[in-house]
Amino acid sequence: MDTIAIKDLTKTFNGFTAVDHITFSVEEGELFGLLGPNGAGKTTTLNMLSTLLKPSSGKADIAGADIYKERDAVRRKIGMVFQEPALDTKLTGRENLEFHAMMYGMNKEERIGRIDEVLEVVELRDKENILVENYSGGMKRRLEIARGLMHRPKVLFLDEPTLGLDAQTRRHIWEYIQRLNKENNVTIILTTHYMEEADYLCDRVAIVDHGRIVIMDTPDRLKDLLGGDVISLEVEGDIDSFMESLKKHDWIKTLKKYDTETCQHLGIGENSICLTVEKGDKRIPELISEAQNMDYKIVSVNLHKPSLEDVFLHFTGKRIRETGDNKNETRRDMMRRRMQG
Amino acid sequence: MIEWIAVYVLWLRELKRFYRSKSRIIGSLVVPLFFLVFLGFGFTKTAVAGVPEGVDYITFLVPGIVGMTMLFSSMFAGISVLWDREFGFLKEIMVAPVKRVSIVLGRIVGGMTTTMIQGTLILLLSTFLGFKITGVMPLLGALLFMVLISTTFIGLGLVSASKMTDMHGFQLIMNFVIFPLFFLSGALFPIENLPSAIKFLSYIDPLTYGVDGLRASLIGASSFPFMVDLIVCIGFSLLMVVLGTYLFDKSESV
Repeated sequence: MDTIAIKDLTKTFNGFTAVDHITFSVEEGELFGLLGPNGAGKTTTLNMLSTLLKPSSGKADIAGADIYKERDAVRRKIGMVFQEPALDTKLTGRENLEFHAMMYGMNKEERIGRIDEVLEVVELRDKENILVENYSGGMKRRLEIARGLMHRPKVLFLDEPTLGLDAQTRRHIWEYIQRLNKENNVTIILTTHYMEEADYLCDRVAIVDHGRIVIMDTPDRLKDLLGGDVISLEVEGDIDSFMESLKKHDWIKTLKKYDTETCQHLGIGENSICLTVEKGDKRIPELISEAQNMDYKIVSVNLHKPSLEDVFLHFTGKRIRETGDNKNETRRDMMRRRMQG
Repeated sequence: MIEWIAVYVLWLRELKRFYRSKSRIIGSLVVPLFFLVFLGFGFTKTAVAGVPEGVDYITFLVPGIVGMTMLFSSMFAGISVLWDREFGFLKEIMVAPVKRVSIVLGRIVGGMTTTMIQGTLILLLSTFLGFKITGVMPLLGALLFMVLISTTFIGLGLVSASKMTDMHGFQLIMNFVIFPLFFLSGALFPIENLPSAIKFLSYIDPLTYGVDGLRASLIGASSFPFMVDLIVCIGFSLLMVVLGTYLFDKSESV
């Protein structure tokens, strides 16, 4: 039974199409991820599903209620964590949660217990009586998440739940999201542009770009689509003719030249190619001897298991654009992945 | 069906915000007090045409300034929806499983409470300037009209807010809605003194009947019969609340 059924959902703003005929469904108890760069239309999709925005066309049902015609019924079934802070800064942290609990009709014992519990998860227990205007950005974010986790709705929307959080808090939030999903059978849609997050948490992932779903499957199957391992080669010399000569091998599944931006991001020279092969570790010597025979010099070799990042790169032809503040972190993720690979 | 718990928590929030922004309270009281003190004493020796026999100007002025306080604070309370939108909190309210009517009601009741506190403070402070409240019935009558003025203009504030996307339009509303409503209402002088073309505008200004009702209650002198003021004020407040609720429901919250 599909808890969420979306058909051709579209939103245009003054001629700009933010969400373009998106169709997908989510089963009960599933943890579904929308993965894509900023501006791909993820937030707009969630805003429509949570009744904050009216769709321009298409339809969607949430637990059997139409998001356009039965908004009150939809609201009773959902919870939402917003990407930007939606807190009252003139209230304390605890008062913000109390406000939420009462708006959602929780009784007093339930309210107190749950508030303590979620404050514990986001480690704000000692700051609960401080006005939110005195919170740091990270604290606001954590409070926001605590609030979304507090009432246990049938369907929960999480818009970039761990954006800008440190690794430790992120782990806590992930664990809590999983617990909510598994133990309470809450169906969850989350948006993220962290590959690691989508990979770790989601049962299924839809890669979104320019308002459209590019591809959708389980993280494992998506990675399998690339077939085997990913090898990056940095070469000195005429890279195009080298690529030409590699094309004759049928064990090379895909072959691609990195664009400048990706090279800079990976910290490699611009003369780099990326290929996917099965049993990559066995193929590296073959590649190197081939290069030597043709008088190319290999500057660096890197082998890793395909990640969602590679999948994204493969299907959209680009990396997920990162905003300044989390660039370092992604680089760290990359390093870690390279070391694992 | 109205969710009273939601109305209560929205009301509580308004009250907490009001209590925590003391500078705003003081700011909102200073302007009406300036009007009262400077106009009241400045014109006290002047005979203003149309002011009833035996009523000095400051006594005539106090109900007008109470009406003014209610007008400004109520409009602001209604428009403050825009602040919530700017700070994102409106999303939290709008996504909640609560009927839009309850949300509007909570805001109106909350706004009404804070504006009544401000209006009552002005009324109390005016007694230090020599204004006399003659009994319990006059006071109750005045409170009734204050409630009606408050609902009307919180409603109008909601209507204005639904037509704007951010706070930038507030200055425009201030200059082209609030000030004209104030000057046309006869808060400062009897509207009989206005030329007939402008007087017509006064007749369609809800605050005219509000201020007149306040005068009828507090000093026993008015341009219209008490019942006319009362019925017109009830009519306007119902109209504005319905219109405000309708437009609030229609407007997008992100």
